[in-house]
Amino acid sequence: MAPKTLYDKIWDAHVAHEAEDGTCLLYIDRHLVHEVTSPQAFEGLRMNGRTVRAPEKTIAVPDHNVPTTLDRLKGIENEESRIQVEALDTNAREFGLVYYPVDDVRQGIVHIIGPEQGWTLPGMTIVCGDSHTATHGAFGALAHGIGTSEVEHVLATQTLIQKKSKNMKVEITGKLSPGVTAKDITLAVIGETGTAGGTGYVIEYCGEAIRSLSMEGRMTVCNMAIEGGARAGLIAPDQTTFDYCKGRPNAPTGKIWEEALAYWKTLHSDDDAHFDKVLTLKGEDIAPVVTWGTSPEDVLPITAKVPAAQDFSGGKIEAAQRSLDYMGLTAGTALCDIEIDTVFIGSCTNGRIEDLRAAAEILKGRKIKEGMRAMVVPGSGLVRAQAEKEGLADIFKEAGFEWRLAGCSMCLAMNPDQLQPGERCAATSNRNFEGRQGRGGRTHLMSPAMAAAAALTGKLVDVREMI
Amino acid sequence: MEKFEKLTAIAAPMPLINIDTDMIIPKQFLKTIKRSGLGVSAFHEMRYNLDGSENPDFVLNHEAYKGANILVAGDNFGCGSSREHAPWALLDFGIRCVISTSFADIFYNNCFKNGILPVVVTEDELQRLMKDAEKGSNARMVVDLENQQIETSDGEVIAFDVDQHRKHCLINGLDDIGLSMEKIASIDAFETQMAQRAPWV
Repeated sequence: MAPKTLYDKIWDAHVAHEAEDGTCLLYIDRHLVHEVTSPQAFEGLRMNGRTVRAPEKTIAVPDHNVPTTLDRLKGIENEESRIQVEALDTNAREFGLVYYPVDDVRQGIVHIIGPEQGWTLPGMTIVCGDSHTATHGAFGALAHGIGTSEVEHVLATQTLIQKKSKNMKVEITGKLSPGVTAKDITLAVIGETGTAGGTGYVIEYCGEAIRSLSMEGRMTVCNMAIEGGARAGLIAPDQTTFDYCKGRPNAPTGKIWEEALAYWKTLHSDDDAHFDKVLTLKGEDIAPVVTWGTSPEDVLPITAKVPAAQDFSGGKIEAAQRSLDYMGLTAGTALCDIEIDTVFIGSCTNGRIEDLRAAAEILKGRKIKEGMRAMVVPGSGLVRAQAEKEGLADIFKEAGFEWRLAGCSMCLAMNPDQLQPGERCAATSNRNFEGRQGRGGRTHLMSPAMAAAAALTGKLVDVREMI
Repeated sequence: MEKFEKLTAIAAPMPLINIDTDMIIPKQFLKTIKRSGLGVSAFHEMRYNLDGSENPDFVLNHEAYKGANILVAGDNFGCGSSREHAPWALLDFGIRCVISTSFADIFYNNCFKNGILPVVVTEDELQRLMKDAEKGSNARMVVDLENQQIETSDGEVIAFDVDQHRKHCLINGLDDIGLSMEKIASIDAFETQMAQRAPWV
């Protein structure tokens, strides 16, 4: 039998129908749903007299619109946001979905609670009307974002129309230096490939530096596969994965756990499997990085200087100039001289317990710069509770951070957490697009430790100076 | 879904690369629970000034391009968020075809579900089409899906590739779900087999 990649194996195990031209109906094991990209899909079902084929495999949670202030149970002030969340309440109830409403302690960002509740398991196919579904690839699950028409298709048929993507291997060899994290890996990779470098591919991340990451770190890496254009990111499951999954509320137990485990251990790329594209980076060569522009590919080590548009070629010259103008930056400025006024720690990229621990480690016993607006938005109610138990919440509050409830918050600013025009933010989220965190807002992406360090100094700073 | 057969229309040039879906439709417009009515908000931050007036520099605000039905755009169009509101907004504005050197995966899929044809051309072809689009409203481009070719206002013909299944659905305005429902027996059989093979799923 021809050697297979991990992607090949998961794909082959889920083809429910294949047409002559290679178009497949791929069976979907878990469908995650949030309030922004689903109302039109449920409406479509109703209009056509269709129902949800597998409600027990369909998990819904409101996350994008929900306020994260402590008084949120009073209700959502913005009428459109409120209607959208109410629509999800109604749809979840009417179609019998698994549902975590806003007043449930397990509510949180859809990509954080899927793994947390044990819905995400190795070898599964997982979709959600959200591009950061790539996160779940950290478990060796084939997970990717879909549009609302596809959401409707999955609701109705529990399958997705797909053609197979190509295989790409991204290997990170060796060890990471102190102060360098999963976020730096994933940004550094996008810096290498560009935002379109992964288009048409499923990326498998491997190598010693990836193996050494916790599940939280692996989720951070896979989360941003989409930012490199890839359909999905994958990491082969191993003991770290199995230990994370064991005992989760929806993970199998007893004999079925043993059966599952035996299968999961077969989920790795065979030695001679073919990859259409390979990228190798040395872990030792990766520095703490930040973005300077308005595309996630605009990545540089914190020790670098703001580039000039002329440093690029082709269409990137115009795009880089536009980025510099938008970001209010001058070529040649040292990145660590850039002053910020806002810090956002959270999102599906970096809103997990390990991220909060890393930020708190830097903040312990220190105060943020005067006038700085800084907030921590835990990725789920359970992450929040855990952080309170560990004393992290007190560290954040004593340092001057706002300690919020769970949601997507300022990652995309659909709720009241937004930047004003010209405000500059050190953010642990995933997109630095124009207007992403609020019209005219300026975003620099980085790791939680780097964002915490920036909150202390009021400038982008090399976290290695503070550890 | 509206059929797409042959489109003769004004094409607007947008040479910027990496036009993301946040640019095509910013988040404040994602709060709708409908698919319609997003055209007025398409490219909102590039298109309108802070006071709500039209930005005269933005291409779709030029008199010549207000009736454009085709976009000729820079590389990696539609990157970022999976929001189908992006093609909904384009469609509602009147865009039925986007031409670029590459598209982000999810956006590309979303177009076909909404009767929009995304066409991938080479860098060289894109430059020629961009020049043709720059001629304004006197020029008309013809996008012929049946014959898989674009004809510029000068009569230059550029051929393109498209997945045959997607072409078939677009030309006939077919609903994917209806087609997949015809294969329900395969899905039933697969699900039964999966329940035995992987009871934890």
